[in-house]
Amino acid sequence: MRINCPCCGERSLEEFTYLGDARKTRPAGDAAADVWVDYVYLRENPGGRHSEFWYHGSGCQSWLVVERDMTTHAIFGVKFARDAAIAAVVHTS
Amino acid sequence: MTQLFRVPNGGLIDRETAVQFAFDGKSYQGYAGDTLASALLANGVRLVGRSFKYHRPRGILSAGAEEPNALCELRGGARREPNTRMTTAEIFDGLCANSQNRYPSLNFDLLAVISLAGPVFSAGFYYKTFMWPASFWEKLYEPMIRRAAGLGRAAPAPDPDTYEKATAFCDVLVIGAGAAGIAAALAAAHTGARVILCEEDFVAGGRLHADRRQINGYAASQWADTALADLCALPNVTLMVRTAVVAVYDGGTYAALQRVSDHLITPLPHQPRQRLWRIVAKHTVLAAGAIERPLVFGGNDKPGVMLAGSVRTYINRFAVRPGTRAVVFANNDDAARTVADLAESGITVVAFIDPRPAASEFLRASLATSRVPLITGVVDHASGFSKLSAVHVRTENGKLETLSCDLLAMSGGFMPNIHLTTHLGGKPVWQGDVAAFVPGTLPPTMLVAGAATGEGGLAAGIAQGARAGADAAHSAGFVPVQFPAAITVLCTDDDALGFAPLWHVDGRGKAFIDFQNDVTATDVKLAAVEGFRSVEHLKRYTTLGMATDQGKTANVNGLALMAEITERTIAQTGTTRFRPPYAPVAIGALAGHHRGAHFRATRLTPTHAWATGQGAVFTDAGQWKRAQYFPAAAETDWLDATIREVRSVRASVGICDVTTLGKIDIQGADAAEFLEHVYTNSWKNLAIGRARYGLMLREDGFVLDDGTTARLSDDRYIMTTTTANAARVFQHLEFCRQVLWSGYDVHLISATEAWAQIAVAGPRAREVLRKLIDPAYDISNEAFPYMAAGEVTLCGGVMGRLFRLSFSGELAYEIAVPARFGQALAEALMAAGDEFSITPYGLEALAVMRIEKGHAAGAELNGTTTAHDLGLAKLLSRKKDFVGRVMAERPALTDAARPGLVGFRPLDTTARVRGGAQFLPPTADATAANAQGHVTSAAFSPHLGQWIGLGLLTNGATRHGEVLRAYDPVRGNDTQVEIVPPVFYDVQGTRLHG
Amino acid sequence: MAKSPQSGTDRYSIFTVLREALRGHTGWRPAWREATPKPRYDVIIVGGGGHGLATAYYLARRHGITNVAVVEKGWLGSGNIGRNTTIIRSNYMLPGNEPFYEHSMKLWEGLEQDINYNAMVSQRGIINLCHSDAQRDAYARRGNAMRLHGVDSVLLDAAGVKLHLPMLDFTNARFPIVGGLMQPRAGTVRHDAVAWGYARAADRLGVDIIQNCEVTGIRREAGRVVGLETARGFIGANRVGLACAGHSSRVAEMADLRLPIESHALQAFVTEGIKPFIDTVVTFGAGHFYISQSDKGGLVFGGDIDGYNSYAQRGNLPTVEDVCEGGMALMPQIGRLRLLRSWGGIMDMSMDGSPIIDRTPVDGLFLNAGWCYGGFKATPASGDCFAHLIATGQPHKVATAFRLDRFASGRVIDEKGMGAQPNLH
Repeated sequence: MRINCPCCGERSLEEFTYLGDARKTRPAGDAAADVWVDYVYLRENPGGRHSEFWYHGSGCQSWLVVERDMTTHAIFGVKFARDAAIAAVVHTS
Repeated sequence: MTQLFRVPNGGLIDRETAVQFAFDGKSYQGYAGDTLASALLANGVRLVGRSFKYHRPRGILSAGAEEPNALCELRGGARREPNTRMTTAEIFDGLCANSQNRYPSLNFDLLAVISLAGPVFSAGFYYKTFMWPASFWEKLYEPMIRRAAGLGRAAPAPDPDTYEKATAFCDVLVIGAGAAGIAAALAAAHTGARVILCEEDFVAGGRLHADRRQINGYAASQWADTALADLCALPNVTLMVRTAVVAVYDGGTYAALQRVSDHLITPLPHQPRQRLWRIVAKHTVLAAGAIERPLVFGGNDKPGVMLAGSVRTYINRFAVRPGTRAVVFANNDDAARTVADLAESGITVVAFIDPRPAASEFLRASLATSRVPLITGVVDHASGFSKLSAVHVRTENGKLETLSCDLLAMSGGFMPNIHLTTHLGGKPVWQGDVAAFVPGTLPPTMLVAGAATGEGGLAAGIAQGARAGADAAHSAGFVPVQFPAAITVLCTDDDALGFAPLWHVDGRGKAFIDFQNDVTATDVKLAAVEGFRSVEHLKRYTTLGMATDQGKTANVNGLALMAEITERTIAQTGTTRFRPPYAPVAIGALAGHHRGAHFRATRLTPTHAWATGQGAVFTDAGQWKRAQYFPAAAETDWLDATIREVRSVRASVGICDVTTLGKIDIQGADAAEFLEHVYTNSWKNLAIGRARYGLMLREDGFVLDDGTTARLSDDRYIMTTTTANAARVFQHLEFCRQVLWSGYDVHLISATEAWAQIAVAGPRAREVLRKLIDPAYDISNEAFPYMAAGEVTLCGGVMGRLFRLSFSGELAYEIAVPARFGQALAEALMAAGDEFSITPYGLEALAVMRIEKGHAAGAELNGTTTAHDLGLAKLLSRKKDFVGRVMAERPALTDAARPGLVGFRPLDTTARVRGGAQFLPPTADATAANAQGHVTSAAFSPHLGQWIGLGLLTNGATRHGEVLRAYDPVRGNDTQVEIVPPVFYDVQGTRLHG
Repeated sequence: MAKSPQSGTDRYSIFTVLREALRGHTGWRPAWREATPKPRYDVIIVGGGGHGLATAYYLARRHGITNVAVVEKGWLGSGNIGRNTTIIRSNYMLPGNEPFYEHSMKLWEGLEQDINYNAMVSQRGIINLCHSDAQRDAYARRGNAMRLHGVDSVLLDAAGVKLHLPMLDFTNARFPIVGGLMQPRAGTVRHDAVAWGYARAADRLGVDIIQNCEVTGIRREAGRVVGLETARGFIGANRVGLACAGHSSRVAEMADLRLPIESHALQAFVTEGIKPFIDTVVTFGAGHFYISQSDKGGLVFGGDIDGYNSYAQRGNLPTVEDVCEGGMALMPQIGRLRLLRSWGGIMDMSMDGSPIIDRTPVDGLFLNAGWCYGGFKATPASGDCFAHLIATGQPHKVATAFRLDRFASGRVIDEKGMGAQPNLH
């Protein structure tokens, strides 16, 4: 698998570390306990497209959001997680 | 008398270069350009192996990677390679090979007796028996089965050769340098695309060298040579022979194995044996050809029964006569070429046996030219003791006719070599008109050309190849150009296949489908009877296709027979998936240089050379080498050295390299705010020039890491992490920075390797440092108290950082300088401390002192402990949001009964307790129900003169003074200990403020 | 308790094998019937893998519930039961796990006689190597915990390891071997045979095994299960057990459940067959590598999961290389042996590395999931405990910790201490 890092260009899998579901947003500190349990433990785990966090540890050390198909491993897009996070804040506020 | 079966002229062998080799201890001669198989055939050797289960005598079936029978142990000693296919092993002077899986010898194999009891050893018989009595399985049955099973033997010593890995990038990767592959490479290369053409054989050209064909009036072999020369002249083409593309991975990544030195007796100096290529290709053309299928009839495994196309390979490419008197048995017209080549090389062809009722014009004409009779019928069975002596033909009128022969060339049709098309999950599709599985869904950037598509024909293959090569280059961004003349093929001689299925001849004797694993037609029938009808069940129950050839010659015959028995179509029956690699790959090649001392990187601290000079014994801390202790001349025991080091520190002063602790430089206007989120305790009120202990949780509320962080200026902090978690914490902080609190103005730099850091600990520490730190800096207790931190210069202007931190419980500092000054700093400290008998100390002494002080370390920060467990609940701020805050409040994490940190000391002051011992009540039974916790760390305390330790004990904080058992049955220890508070030394902490 | 499946004319033994050998193997019956679905069952198990088939068997055998169907999307045993590295062991540390796995080990020890099928349970021992004092202490802790549970464990020093495994690299290793934790009763089992043996035994007790029957929906009425929509029509049942690890999330979603599970691919590898080379199961403590030798002679080995969510039954090259590096570091003699096949299985990676055997918020719907890469060894106990839960409504006494709500309460069972990050377990 090769990931096209927006900073470094296309690089091989071993440069990256996977974290998981990128659609999750960290709840507010005063959110209910079950919201937190959901955030920390429950996963969508879809059969198709998955939005996920990857860390380019052997490269620019950017956190990335990769859109990838879990069944075919096809990658549809890669963007900086920071931009995605800021966009989410803008979108929800 | 050698090479009696060599044809006087022709072939791609170098008759000037005779090669001596040995098989089973006997010497033979061959020529450069031979495979071991062709050289043995040239010398008339027919019996070369024994089968897996029945130990049947076996000969050479094929001339390629699909070979199931002709396996040997190649080379000897530490270079022994079991299960090597003789059909692909290139010979070299001094080659030594031995047959395998036979006892005592190849010609006389006692285990062949198993064959006599064949009916008992039917598919899956072992699932039905060997059950009584139960204990006999390990003692008797299984050892017996294991000794009989297996093929060759592993080498008796570590592999002495080296392996390399390399990465290549190209626009178009062409797999297979036969007619279609050459055409694809030429077409792609002429657009300007960077092309890599990989060929698994040591000669490129594929069947162009094996068949006597004509292309545009030239001999095919000559056409191949010219086209390859054209290719090699292009600067954008890399031709890699002896390179098998073995696996397809995501993103256009291919694994290819290059056999750099396998044709040499040993690798040349500084050359690897093999090289694993990771080829990243924008587009790929698979032109891997096709594999001929055997026919399934009784005795089809006798030495002398060969694939018809392979017979041609031996005759044409290797100039070898594989027999003297031949019969050809085929259900297609391609085998007519075999008749012609056999006749041409002077081998008598007794007959062409053809199950098809009506012969084609092509076939009739061919046979007439060679004056070979056509018999409509089938080979009922073949006979012969250790090699073929006759075939028994059932003619169309039902008569059984015996034809004596020592070679049977058979062809059951062709199986496109589509292995690589399935690695990413593509399912092959059954195509009835060619009776073969052809590529289904392809990997995203792959095209297929030539015989691998299932469509036969030389001209068509070249045209397909050229088109695929051009298309691949176009997809990779290159502008189409006109094909070069060489691949604008106008004419070839006739292609004819005229295939009609014949999956099984129901005659006498064992009819083998999977030769290597001895799977017969009867086994397939039994599997059907017992309900193992899915192809995967068939495979797993009978072991069909699970041998070292992955069923390359067997799979289709097996499942076609299953389809026939179960009255389904082959398409309904389906096929098993091919699994990477396409051809077996040496584990050494996949590991490359990462073995022995180079398995993983070794990280050395800046004082490593100095510590080595001090006689340090090193230990591994992750990838780091750290000084464990520094034995003095008279000391023979690590404990003696450790005790001395601890005493020296506590009495005077010592130094210890702590560079390996993670260091993260945190800068930005929001740095303090950021720390508030990642640590549990508060940070905004930390003054410039001060350091603080910090505790970090995971989001699930358990402790992630701890360390100290110092504030150097308004917007700059230096964080320290544990050695073990340095990388993980940095990654976590980057996540917090980039994702969770992405709006903050804060940046992180991992500075672990940029700074050498040395702890200076002991009552005389300040006096030592005073000599080094430049006079402008006041480091008196008043000006630079406990937990002070700041930038300094030392030794006349060297930039440094000084932290007054103490892990040992003594007056102590950590001093950091740029890494290049690390060794000089150690030497300067030693010189400055000479008058105080300054002592280097290692990890063991460090551990003793931290245990005496009750500081948690790796064994306590094990990922399952909470702040409460470690007695650090007071660090959980209630005033802010930090990672892990909410989940740390879950009932199970705040349960008072959780194991909490305690100290303990054995009642018997001479007793030693070790990490991992379990706490039990003093009189209770040693059962899990009574377990109350465990010993995490233990050390000999020079201060107390006995072994002490830390542990995690249920309700720990309330149990000081209790006596428990530290139960350690795996080491044979059971010791009574008193539970005490987890601080054994200087409980008030006055020394570190001194 | 139902009668033993050992009775009947097709009982497997050396005598029946000889009898059939003489008459051309014409007397065997199919190992299981090709059942067509009945309109309703007392219990339906989703997933014809090891756990599902074992569950059906124990429902029939121990609880007398024989009106049971096992529905399987593909062919029986096509999931992880057919693609693992065949290791069985009960060398766990935490009290939530250890009794369960020991229960499983005891069931393995009597399995073949119980189901009249030779699954080649081979107690050849496992040795987990350690490479530092801290690692040895951690193994001592685990070994002591095992002893407290009445389970065999032996702490070996380097010399002790060498006696068992002379082919390891004791001289030139990057991370020297200082010792190991051994469980003599651990070993390997012929994985496919477990599925076939349970299937045959369950079939003989009346269980319907329905292959090629994909579940497409879980029909509920008033918050409780009433049956399954399948590729072969609706099948009714008031109790449904999900045993489809690898795809638990997909199936649970049909009942609007989200699980604390990610699906990850784990690769496994086998070499060409060789004569006996290594007699025990070995795990490398300084890299991700474990190995054993099959009865056919292939070295069966594996390493870490690929590390990213996947439903593709395959992995990528970096993991292959990493695993082989571990192998060469541990036993450099295998350099010239050839990797024959590699394949991937899909693991239900749970958030604490431990499984779930529990009810769900949907009445009558039971969940058996989250086995990570340790499901094979658990097969008998998983089946037994799941059957117990489905039959009695109560958790089996050795599986009380495997609750679905443990993530909310914090009573996680985290052997490795890696937290809610499945690719680190």
